[in-house]
This record gives sequence, structure tokens and C-alpha cells, in this order.
Amino acid sequence: MSGNGGGLMLKVENLHAEIDGQEILKGVDLEVNLGEIHAIMGPNGSGKSTLANVMMGHPRYEVTEGSITFDGEDVLEMEPDERARAGMFLAFQYPSEIPGVSVANFLRTAVNSVREQELNPMEMYKLLQEKMKIMKMDPSFAERYLNEGFSGGEKKRNEILQLLMLDPKLAILDETDSGLDIDALQVVARGVNEMRGPEFSAVLITHYQRILRYIEPDRVHVMLDGRIVTSGGKKLAEELEDKGYDWVRQEFGAGTQS
Amino acid sequence: MPEEKTITELGLDEYKYGFRDPEEYFFKTPRKGLDPEVVAMISKHKNEPEWMLEFRLKALESFLEKPVPTWGGDLSGLDFDDIYYYIRPIENQGKTWDEVPENIKNTFEKLGIPQAERESLAGVGAQYESEVVYHSLRKELEEQGVIFLDMDGGLREHEDIVREYFGTVIPPDDNKFASLNSAVWSGGSFVYIPPGVHVDIPLQAYFRINAENMGQFERTLIIADEDSYVHYIEGCTAPTYTTNSLHSAVVELIAKPGARIRYSTIQNWSHNTYNLVTKRGVAYENATIEWVDGNLGSKLTMKYPAVYLMGEGARGEILSVAYAGDGQHQDAGGKVVHVAPNTSSRITSKSISKGTGRSSYRGLLKVHPGAVNSKSRVECDALLLDEQARTDTYPYIEIEEKKVTTEHEASVSKVGEDQLFYLMSRGLSEDEAMAMVVNGFIEPIAKELPLEYAIELNRLIQLEMEGSVG
Repeated sequence: MSGNGGGLMLKVENLHAEIDGQEILKGVDLEVNLGEIHAIMGPNGSGKSTLANVMMGHPRYEVTEGSITFDGEDVLEMEPDERARAGMFLAFQYPSEIPGVSVANFLRTAVNSVREQELNPMEMYKLLQEKMKIMKMDPSFAERYLNEGFSGGEKKRNEILQLLMLDPKLAILDETDSGLDIDALQVVARGVNEMRGPEFSAVLITHYQRILRYIEPDRVHVMLDGRIVTSGGKKLAEELEDKGYDWVRQEFGAGTQS
Repeated sequence: MPEEKTITELGLDEYKYGFRDPEEYFFKTPRKGLDPEVVAMISKHKNEPEWMLEFRLKALESFLEKPVPTWGGDLSGLDFDDIYYYIRPIENQGKTWDEVPENIKNTFEKLGIPQAERESLAGVGAQYESEVVYHSLRKELEEQGVIFLDMDGGLREHEDIVREYFGTVIPPDDNKFASLNSAVWSGGSFVYIPPGVHVDIPLQAYFRINAENMGQFERTLIIADEDSYVHYIEGCTAPTYTTNSLHSAVVELIAKPGARIRYSTIQNWSHNTYNLVTKRGVAYENATIEWVDGNLGSKLTMKYPAVYLMGEGARGEILSVAYAGDGQHQDAGGKVVHVAPNTSSRITSKSISKGTGRSSYRGLLKVHPGAVNSKSRVECDALLLDEQARTDTYPYIEIEEKKVTTEHEASVSKVGEDQLFYLMSRGLSEDEAMAMVVNGFIEPIAKELPLEYAIELNRLIQLEMEGSVG
């Protein structure tokens, strides 16, 4: 590990990325220290989800400029599975369905892929039981096919279950709060807070301030038009909630400032 | 990447069963090719009754008359004159593995047959080239009157039963390859389950081609008498040669009233084998026939297991999985014919294609007039692993009765970039992610197999897929 006690975990520098020739990220800068939780807020279309996907290495996006350094390593040189094994995790906004593959079977393979030493079946079973309990999931859930026929809330809960099982150093949560009722939101927040500690960092991507009531961020960033336009403490989130994104557009939008 | 290294180290990127033994045989037809003299030679060598020789010769005529079918796969590479039609590896069949010659025994050891027999089978037949070299059946089943012999043994010891049923489900002039099999058949299994007897653990036959330019034509007849049950499993492999091999089997199933036969196949021929097989069963009142068919390997497979629902309340089920990799064509599917009222059937076909591989679903659903209240469902799903792979569907439906329910569903899906990204973001390599999607795709069929065979099916598909990405 590169740092201890608040060392730099993630550094995104002047990141530009495009999809199908259209530039979405236009120079993102972000630094997350070990043990910190950052929130990235912004209106629809500001590039938040693109940032999440690019950080994890989605093949459809092309990085044209800039760098991402995680735990001292150049992430852009790594395949998504290598990033996962290095300790990165993305909770998907729209996780894919994998018919015929049970949650338990999938988790077994995934957990053993990222761990240096494989767990034996008994250890795996215990770990899964323990984590499912935190997420208030019925044991039968593990036998369902991955994301197939899951409700929106079940999908999100399942993403956080994976987070707990894989125990990464950095989690990126892409709008994990969207579409959740208050109970589900609390369960999801409980899962993330479970991870919180000096060895864990997170980037919470969200449209709303709501989830930040349950997961208190160390830093808040506002994204607009492919860039982080302003950053601050958790007060910034409350300010956004009061004033709305129109305020952000007026303050930081193209054409309003040179 | 570390995974790739492991795969190469283990040598898993090659067809694992491609090894071969030296060819030392007790008897082999003196020349390649087929004519009445060769057929008579086979029959004489086997000391068969006159009626079987006549059956063979009539079938040969029909084989020679029939044109090579052009509606399915490309058969132009198949040269009937360049094949040995009969090879007898040893003089006598073994009743214990110790009686089987060392090299042949080793082959079956490598294929894991004796171990499977000890652990989970009620009886085993092992065929090497044209003849069954080993046969066994658990004593308690023998005592209950179960007959499990190689087909030649069946003909010798139970001529009356064989004569009554042989060729009745698949007549010798049914199609060119059934005719060929009828003319030169050798080996295969003869199974009879007495009324009310349930054989709870499976019987297995294993078919191995070893010689080059070999044709294997086993013939299987299974009769399940009233209210009996049997699960029969067949597995097949062959070495990899530069020239082609031909496997053309005929399998006839007869399920008497209330009986149930399940027939499972894990076929894993080398990539230069033409696999042209006719499989058909008849189910009488309240009887059930189930085909579970896993088609891997081979150059071209043409196989459409069929069920004729002859008695009221009969049920037929066909589950088929095919994997077509580079240069392979899997033309597979199923046929169901509803003849009697209140009959039901389901065909589920899953195919996977990769690279220049092509998989076709070809199926027939036919409902005769009077088969009222019959229900049928056909579902065929194709999964493409890349842009180049190809799949096509030829569903034929002939309904001649109004009071029926039929459903037909077909889907083609591609392994999506998003699916792979999702799995890779959890630490799976691209190969592992692809394998997971594919295993999930065939899960509905794999779960119908006994656990060891389901694992084997998944493993074989994984082996076939190695190097399929990146």
C-alpha cells in the first residue's frame, strides 16, 4: 500500500474521455485520500456516470487525455479485472442480468478472483451469511439468478452485498441511491457505513443530497459539463439542495464565466 | 496474463481426448469402402442369423439408392469409399476390466470410465471401434431381470425380442444414414427393463473411435416395459486425425405404457468427425421419453432426437445443447409427433456459436388429426460469442388438429459488452466472464443432468472456448 493514515488513494488528473467520438469528460481532476468518502453531485448529463465507468475501465469509453492513478498504479494500463484485483470496485447504476448464474455461484467466483488466497466453501458460506444479514437479505436470495427479475431495490442491495463480499480499498457508487425508497436507502447506507474505516475510500456519485444524510461525506464535488467545477465540505451538498442545479449552471456553466 | 499461462501449462487449449493407441486388431475388413461383400463379411464374422444378413443387405440397397441429403450441413467432404466399416479390436469381450487388453483399458482409464462405474453407475458398456470390449451390470439388477448387453450379445441371447423390435422405430430405409447403419451396424447397447422395475442410477455406454478413417455404427435398442424407468447415458470421443472419421448411430427407444426412459448424451467427438445420428423413441399411454443431448466437438453434427407420442397421456421432452466453434457446424434440434390425445411435449434447444462456427436449430412439431388437447412448447435460444458467429433456425410446424396448444419461442442473444464488463469489474478475466455467461445460458439443461455430467458438460464447453476471446 502506498500510503498510510490519509495517504493519496486515487488521483484523477485532467481526464478526458469520449464515447462514439463525442467528448463527455473534459478535464476531470479529483484526489481521494485513504479513509475518505467523497460525493460527486451534478445534474443529469454532467458526466458523473461516465466518470464512474471510465474509472473502472468500461471498454466503450476512450480516454483521450489525462491519467488515473490508484494506490500508486497507472489504472489506464489495466483491464477491468486487474483494477478489481488491485482493490477497485464499482457499484453499478444498471447492473447486467446474467441468466442461469446464481448470486452465490457468482460471488464465490468473484471473491476468489480478487483474494490472494481462496476461501474454502465453509468460509465462503459463513461470509455470505454474515454479509446478507447486514443487508437484510433472505438467504434464498443467494440462489436467484444474478439480477434476473430483481426489483430496482434488490439490484442495488445486491451491488452493496458484492461490495461487502469483495472488500475493496476503493468503492465507486454510481447513483446507488436512485429509485430507492427510504427503507432500502437506509439498508444500502448501512452497508456502505459498514465498510467505512481508515483503509477504505469511496466515491459516491449522486444526483440527490438525500443519501448524504445517511453516509456523511468528507468532501463534496460538483460536476458540470464534464468537469468538477467546485468542491467543498458537506455544507456544499446542503447548499445545492437549497439552491438547485440551476444555481450551479448560473455560477459555473459555460458562458457565464470565462 | 496469469490465467493464460495456466491454460497453456495445463495444455487445456487442445482437444484433450485426441490421443491415440497403436492400431493392432483382431479383425479388420480387408479394404475400405462398402459393397454387399463387405456387409456379408461383417454378418458372417459375427455369426448372425440369416434374417439379420437379409436385413443388412436390404438396408445397403436403400443406402446406395438414396442421395446424400443436401438440406442440412455440408457433407461434400465425406467420402464413403475412404472408410473402414468394421474393425474388431479384440476377440472376446471382458467382464472385468482386467480382461480388457492393457492399451484399451488405459484408454478408458484416461476417459474416467472405470472410476465413474465404481462411483455412480448401475452398468457400463465400453465400445472401442466396432465392438463392445467391456460390459457389466450390477448383480441386483440382473436378478430383477434387467438386460443390459451389447447389441450383438442381445441378438445372440435374446433373438426373439430383438427380432420383434429391431428396426421398428427407425426402419432401415428411413434416411440415408439410418440405412447405412442398418447395413453395417456393430456394437451399441441392448437394454430391456422388466415391468415395474426402476433402475435408479444410470446405465452408461461409452463409444471410442481410435483407428484412422474409421466408421463407427453402433446400434442401440432400449425397451422399457410397463411402468419401468431407466436413465441411459452415452459419451463419445475420438482421436484427432488429419482425415475424417464417421460416426453414424441409430438409437431406438420403446417406452411401454407408464414407462419412462431418459437418454442423455455428452458427445465430444474430435473436430474431424462427421456425426450423423438417427435417434427416435415411441411413447405409449402415459409413458415418457426424454432426450438430453449435449453436442460438442465434431466437424458436422446432424442429429434431431425424435419422440412419437403414440398413446394417450404420453409425454416427450427434448433438451439439446450445441456448441459450434471455429470450423464446426452443429445442425441439431428435435422432432415431436403427437399422434394420440392429451399428449404433451417440450423442446428446448440452446446453441452457442463462436468464430466461424455455425449452429442451426432444425425442428419439427407435428400434430396428427385426433391428437386433441395435446400441448407442445418449443423454445430455441442461440447465443453468439462474437460478431462473426452464425446461427439459424428452421422450425417446421404441422398442426392438423384444432384443439391443441402450441407455443414457439426463439431468441438470439449476443454476449454483451456490458455483461462482460460487469463480471470483469468483479475480478473475473475475460475468458472466465465469457465462460460464466455461457454456463448460465446452458444451466436449464445442465441441471437436468446428474451432477458429475453437468460439471463435465460445463468443463467441456469451457475447454472448447479457451482462447475464444481477446
